[in-house]
Amino acid sequence: MRLSGAKALIKSLENEGVEVIFGIPGGAILPVYDALYGSSIRHILVRHEQCAAHAADGYARASGRVGVCMATSGPGATNLVTGIATAYMDSSPIVAITGQVARHMIGRDAFQEADIIGITTPITKYSFQIRSAEEVPRVVKEAFYLAAEGRPAPVLIDFPVDVQREEVEMDFDVKISPHLNKVVKEPHPLQVKRATEILLNAERPVILAGGGVIISNASEELRALAELLMIPVMVTLMGKGAFPENHPLYIGRIGMHGSAAANKLIMEADVILAVGTRFSDRSTGRFDTFARDATLIHVDIDAAEIGKNIRPDIPIVADAKHALKAIYEAAKELARRKDNSTWLQRVKEVKESLEKAGQHSADELSPKNLIREIRKLLPADGIVTTGVGRNQMWASLYFEVYHPRTFITSGGLGTMGFGLPAALGAKVAKPNSIVVDIDGDGSFLMTERELATSIAENIPVIAVILNDGWLGMVKYWQDLFYGRRYCATCLKRGIPDFVKLAEAYGANAARPQSLEEFSKTFKEAMSSDRTTVIDVWINPDEPVLPFAPPGKSLAETIIDLREVKKGGS
Amino acid sequence: MEVRRVKKPLHIISFIVENKPGVLFRVAWLIRRRNFNIESISVGPTENANISRMTITLYGDEPTVEQVVKQLRKLVDIIKVSRLDPDNTVIREMALVKVHVPDPAARADLDYYVRAFRGRIVDLSPDAAIVEVTGTPQKIDAFIELMRSFGIKELARTGATALPRSPKE
Ligand SMILES: Cc1ncc(C[n+]2csc(CCOP(=O)(O)OP(=O)(O)O)c2C)c(N)n1
Repeated sequence: MRLSGAKALIKSLENEGVEVIFGIPGGAILPVYDALYGSSIRHILVRHEQCAAHAADGYARASGRVGVCMATSGPGATNLVTGIATAYMDSSPIVAITGQVARHMIGRDAFQEADIIGITTPITKYSFQIRSAEEVPRVVKEAFYLAAEGRPAPVLIDFPVDVQREEVEMDFDVKISPHLNKVVKEPHPLQVKRATEILLNAERPVILAGGGVIISNASEELRALAELLMIPVMVTLMGKGAFPENHPLYIGRIGMHGSAAANKLIMEADVILAVGTRFSDRSTGRFDTFARDATLIHVDIDAAEIGKNIRPDIPIVADAKHALKAIYEAAKELARRKDNSTWLQRVKEVKESLEKAGQHSADELSPKNLIREIRKLLPADGIVTTGVGRNQMWASLYFEVYHPRTFITSGGLGTMGFGLPAALGAKVAKPNSIVVDIDGDGSFLMTERELATSIAENIPVIAVILNDGWLGMVKYWQDLFYGRRYCATCLKRGIPDFVKLAEAYGANAARPQSLEEFSKTFKEAMSSDRTTVIDVWINPDEPVLPFAPPGKSLAETIIDLREVKKGGS
Repeated sequence: MEVRRVKKPLHIISFIVENKPGVLFRVAWLIRRRNFNIESISVGPTENANISRMTITLYGDEPTVEQVVKQLRKLVDIIKVSRLDPDNTVIREMALVKVHVPDPAARADLDYYVRAFRGRIVDLSPDAAIVEVTGTPQKIDAFIELMRSFGIKELARTGATALPRSPKE
């Protein structure tokens, strides 16, 4: 079959089962857009390429499938960068397709030429520049394989415009090069045996579940193992959703703004089974204080994560699902040798005594009340995305997650503006789920234009803006560590008027004055087929607690602002 | 050049890569990104035209070297990474040293050293000579040390390359 490179690209994407592309066209990608005309693939025209990448990322996280975004050369491609970096840090599989100037112009600083491969090498697993049209089917196949296999990540395809036009005989029956397959899925049996014995003999065991458990769809296996051995479970920010938070064995999330009980109990554990986590400093606190006296079993599919930040006693390189299953099978054979009922009792007591720990204002419209209300109204499969800052931490503290892939947040990069475009991506992936962006006013403003996309493309979501009129999290640090010298953090609440702004885009909007009004608005939003923006004015002095200050151990988690000492970084 | 004094053990990492544009860039980027302090890096073709061999040497503690190896293994174009045991490895480096030899006495001295190190004088002018010497990095270090007495005008080293010895029964 004789086809142009552009047509071959679209056909290859169709062969991969791609149903949607988020993007913005331009000169150097026009042949591809022309080939898209009439394709079964839906194209969603976003209003900024950063949001194309965030939306593809949100789509990938909600569905587990590879998300696709597309942009033209030069500024289109560079606009993708923040979105690609965000996906990279949180191991989310996206394929980014960029136009490029014609081959003979590359390296001549042509109009709208950017070395996008050079720019994105540090934030992609791999990138391809298609040098001749016949490579297209293989490149697409390899790109999707690499994005999704093992530890997922963004992959970039840079496509010179003359190659898009080049017509050649196409062969779609292609195979990926064999050396690309490097993933070890099955755990080493000996390591499994050692890990199982350690777990069976543990007095105070915990399981720490990271995002890897969600990525490998291992929640069922995690739950089975925890229940079999009666091991309490905690999660990282990225692991939220790996384990149902209403389960009796659930403790909480660890980290800088983790639950007080989880931060306390992980430091008391004698054995930690950590699965699919890279031990981010935001999760562990000071590295040399984390799990110092515990026996650490670390399961990860990325061998380079093992020993990078924290050295485990038992390393297991494997897919989380396979490893959890193997440990479960091994544990079923052997009986539990150590009774851990004292530990379970201790866990229960600490959890109960610290459940309410962490101050918050008594305001009716406190973030805690609002987020609890959202949880109450939202069905169990409802999806929450977040901005970055206090809103994100409150959402992670107060929003109980019951199912994997229903809590979507920019954990690693902490990208303000992620919430709304990621919500759109999630909604496209799960049209039957209600998707709520719990956002900050500062974060929301960074990508607010995507309200246009949501209305024009009919992708209804709910955005709840916890509007404090400040770059709240930064102000909070200025409060605590910089003597309330508020340099460049006041946003002057009311600029813009989010209700008018939303209405200008054609969205529903409201500014509720009481929890009851909020509840009513939210219910209406849930049944509306139009995007709704709910602007809630909250107390600018609302604290985020618990707090393990930067550079401190999780054992130093504070739950009362009077405990804060000067310092921090 | 400064003399290295306290030395952690020398590690040799040898890896074969797809001979594609951008591979060297990715390896160089990785080394910078992860803050690895390498001693040398060399690249060259192998018996297979589609595959190149790269060799990195570094002094470092075990966890660091382990991280280098693991991070390299993750690079898509890298086919195989091996750590070579210095005791069972043939390791060679080549250096070109341009030294100051203003008179016949100096030239005679130079000749003596060069022969002792099985090197060769490959270029000679009225007051300078270029010496080529091959050997282990340690041998090259020692030779360069000796050349200092003449006054080194310019120096070029290739970086080490290595292959494991065949196992002996
Ligand atoms: C793109 C980007 N720029 C800057 C920051 C630094 N930063 C972290 S939190 C924050 C304030 C967030 O304010 P807002 O979105 O209003 O949320 P709040 O903390 O008030 O809930 C800033 C500026 C960031 N994380 N991302």
